[in-house]
Amino acid sequence: METSVKKYTFKDFASDQEVRWCPGCDDYVILRSMQKALPEMGVKKEDVVFISGIGCSSRFPYYMETYGMHGIHGRAPAIATGVKLANQDLSVWVITGDGDSLAIGGNHFIHVLRRNIDLNIILFNNKIYGLTKGQFSPTSLVGQKTKSSPYGNTQPPFSAGELAIGAQARFFARIAGNNPKDMTQIFIEAHKFKGTSLIEVLQNCVIFNDGCYTSYTDKEVKDDKQIFLEHGKPMIFGRNRDKGLILNGLRLEVVNIGKNGITGEDILVHDAHEKDPTLHQMLIRLQDPIVTGIIRSCKDVTLEEREDALTAQVKSDSSFSKTDDLFFSGETYAIK
Amino acid sequence: MIKEKKPSTASLETVVVRFVGDSGDGMQFTGTQFSDTSAMFGNDVATFPNYPSEIRAPQGSLYGVSGFQVHIGSIEVRTPGDEVDLLVAMNPAGLKTNLYAVKPGHTIIVDVDAFTRKNLEKAEYDNNPLEDGSLENYRVIEVAMTTLTKEALKDVEGLDNKSIVRSKNMFALGMVYWMYNRSTEHTIEFLNKKFSAKPHLIEANTKVLNAGLFFAETLELIPNSYNILPAKMVSGTYRIIMGNTATAWGFLAAAEKSGLELFLGSYPITPASDILHELVKHKHFGVKTFQAEDEIAGISSAIGAAFAGDLAITTTSGPGLALKGEALGLAMMLELPLVVVNVQRGGPSTGLPTKTEQSDLLQAMYGRNGESPVIVIAASTPANCFNYAYMAAKLALEHMTPVILLTDGYIANGSAPWKIQSVNDMPEIKSKIIKTVDDNWSPYRRDNETLARDWAVPGNAGLEHRVGGLEKDFLTGNVSYVPENHELMTKTRAEKIKRVENHIPLLQPEFADEGDLLVIGWGGTYGALHTAVKQLHDEGYKNIGFAHFNYINPLPKNTEEMLNRFKKIVVCELNNGQFVNILRMNFNRCGFLQYNKIQGLPFGNKELIKKFKELVA
Repeated sequence: METSVKKYTFKDFASDQEVRWCPGCDDYVILRSMQKALPEMGVKKEDVVFISGIGCSSRFPYYMETYGMHGIHGRAPAIATGVKLANQDLSVWVITGDGDSLAIGGNHFIHVLRRNIDLNIILFNNKIYGLTKGQFSPTSLVGQKTKSSPYGNTQPPFSAGELAIGAQARFFARIAGNNPKDMTQIFIEAHKFKGTSLIEVLQNCVIFNDGCYTSYTDKEVKDDKQIFLEHGKPMIFGRNRDKGLILNGLRLEVVNIGKNGITGEDILVHDAHEKDPTLHQMLIRLQDPIVTGIIRSCKDVTLEEREDALTAQVKSDSSFSKTDDLFFSGETYAIK
Repeated sequence: MIKEKKPSTASLETVVVRFVGDSGDGMQFTGTQFSDTSAMFGNDVATFPNYPSEIRAPQGSLYGVSGFQVHIGSIEVRTPGDEVDLLVAMNPAGLKTNLYAVKPGHTIIVDVDAFTRKNLEKAEYDNNPLEDGSLENYRVIEVAMTTLTKEALKDVEGLDNKSIVRSKNMFALGMVYWMYNRSTEHTIEFLNKKFSAKPHLIEANTKVLNAGLFFAETLELIPNSYNILPAKMVSGTYRIIMGNTATAWGFLAAAEKSGLELFLGSYPITPASDILHELVKHKHFGVKTFQAEDEIAGISSAIGAAFAGDLAITTTSGPGLALKGEALGLAMMLELPLVVVNVQRGGPSTGLPTKTEQSDLLQAMYGRNGESPVIVIAASTPANCFNYAYMAAKLALEHMTPVILLTDGYIANGSAPWKIQSVNDMPEIKSKIIKTVDDNWSPYRRDNETLARDWAVPGNAGLEHRVGGLEKDFLTGNVSYVPENHELMTKTRAEKIKRVENHIPLLQPEFADEGDLLVIGWGGTYGALHTAVKQLHDEGYKNIGFAHFNYINPLPKNTEEMLNRFKKIVVCELNNGQFVNILRMNFNRCGFLQYNKIQGLPFGNKELIKKFKELVA
């Protein structure tokens, strides 16, 4: 199927609708990264579906020249599940924000991950409610002053990644909103992954939470404050590639290569495929530096594979081929 | 052991038997066997189970009583009956909670072994009703069923005491078979199948069944056994079907007829869960069932499946419909085909989960934000749940709209003979699916006659488009806040539903085309209302007509014209007056009368007859 796909460019995936996000919003980066990633995936335009909830991010489907649905608040994972179960040939993408999927849609968010249906979820996490104009979200920090927390937020935040791993996410990636190159690649990898893949984008909100990630993402600091993981490669980072992560007891520790006898050999090698999520959880929790890239990518049976196998079994055990066979089966009786 | 009290005779045309006991006593099984056997004999039957909402209430308690009522007839029977000719009570609690339903002078069989001091206390009896004269007006047959069952099974090997005592329901069934001249053949066949791996249980149950039958015969405790002759029913192949099963099967038929795959997204809730239980069995037909994490995910997954081209349904009961409201509004806005089944129960809130009511009608009509019209239809018998489920799917697919199908606990759990309908004989279903693009295509292009839009599903090149809950342009479906467009869209969506009236049957009043009184009902009260009006008609009241509504939004086209042929109109509902207000709103006519019952119970025959007689007096 994929061989016959025509060669698209990113323009083929741009709809005729005017994009209406605030100037400078990272959403533009995510949109363009997706439009660039799709031609690389070898998937037909008509087989791609974007499903969103409500929020700034959720306008995304309107801007993609594919099939799409702008749904209702928090329910995109459930809608997308129906789409995928109805037609497994489709490449289904859920577009959601931190309020959409971690607050009103928290229930659907954890269950879609648990089931491991073959969907891709892009979580735009700007730690604020943008569309409703600036209230704190489930990822806002304690003490954060917002429209609905003028004296400081008193609710501790969720970590999207930890929550996801707790719900058995098999694929979790995190990427800065100002890193289109790696973002594009992660989208492609998420597409290839069979199962639910979750990509958390650390997305700046220029209006209500400007600079919420600058301490990690600013040009000057990003190399020292972010570590970008790749499967099979050592966890090395820093402007001079001289820092790395080691495991010290039950803690991750940042070390300097070349100091205190530490060599490149001592640095942890990233294994995204490891089934045990313990180390992945620790990586997700790390604050300095924060971990980006594909942190976990661990293949497992998907919901639709289980369903298909069960259906095939039931079909082979059944003597019914049409509904009349059922209607006239069992205890029937004739009235003359 | 047996006390003869005032003998009486039961009607030969119909008889109503109710089996009651503890929720572990096998009353549902006993009742089902009696009704199935009678149906196969050729009787018309209607049944209704009534069980506690607790899974296993304490034994012997008043609220733990499980009952199963069977109405059999040599004539048409349209309800499970409201008064009982024979009550079989396996314990004092069953007697106490069901005595009210027994016709004076009629028969009660009790397991006298269960009338112990402890059980009498649990049933809150001060005195033993078998001894204090309080049952004087009934013919009470006291049988030591537990003792006799033990006696019958003393030679069967491999049975523990519990299994022995549990089979006493078969003793009761045997007695009832003798009383009504029924063969045990069907039940024995059933036991052979059910216990094929446990021969000792076949032997035990068969022995006890026969013991009950021989006991009744030998002791001649009933002067004559009653004979209910076969009913005159349309010839054909029948089966006994429960309303919820019929609903599930209607969707199977619609999926096959439309050539679409069936998708059910649902969350368990009483009394709708049996539709899920039934459909999940039929993966061999390609049925996809998704037990979601909540009601909202149930309907949302169905909306996704509808977007992707499946015949999508979601099933629920009142509180679940409340949760689905927002998503239902989305489906309406997207103009996607979707069937929502609401098996109504007593509300509001958690209300009366195992009791019946018709109080979700206005929720179905209006329970969404904004102006959000959908098709609303209601089934009226266990068997016609099949037809209305089928019609719900047909209307959804042909008019590109959500359809709410209302049933209720009474018809969903009740069972009746169903003349099996072959899918070949069902009306055509032409979905609006399009696979290829043409020059004029636009996501919200509409059929001139029905105003239904095309159904372009993912996977088809050239038809890529975006839909959403935001108001959309009349043609392109793009987001539009243009004031005039919103007004046009609101009116178009309303008109689309209104035009469905051209595709549904006209109302046909029964018993009288015009006259002094028109009795109006809708949904699951059909049997009770029909029975009452027919009885009056047979008594000589030729001035009373009966009109039953299965299509509620839109109403049948001839509704107003029909209303005007009657002097008085009484609208009968198991709620505080919801449908009557829909009629008041739609038709400029004074004096709609109401008859409402809000007790979690179906209409009784006597109360209806009394009311209708008053109205024509």
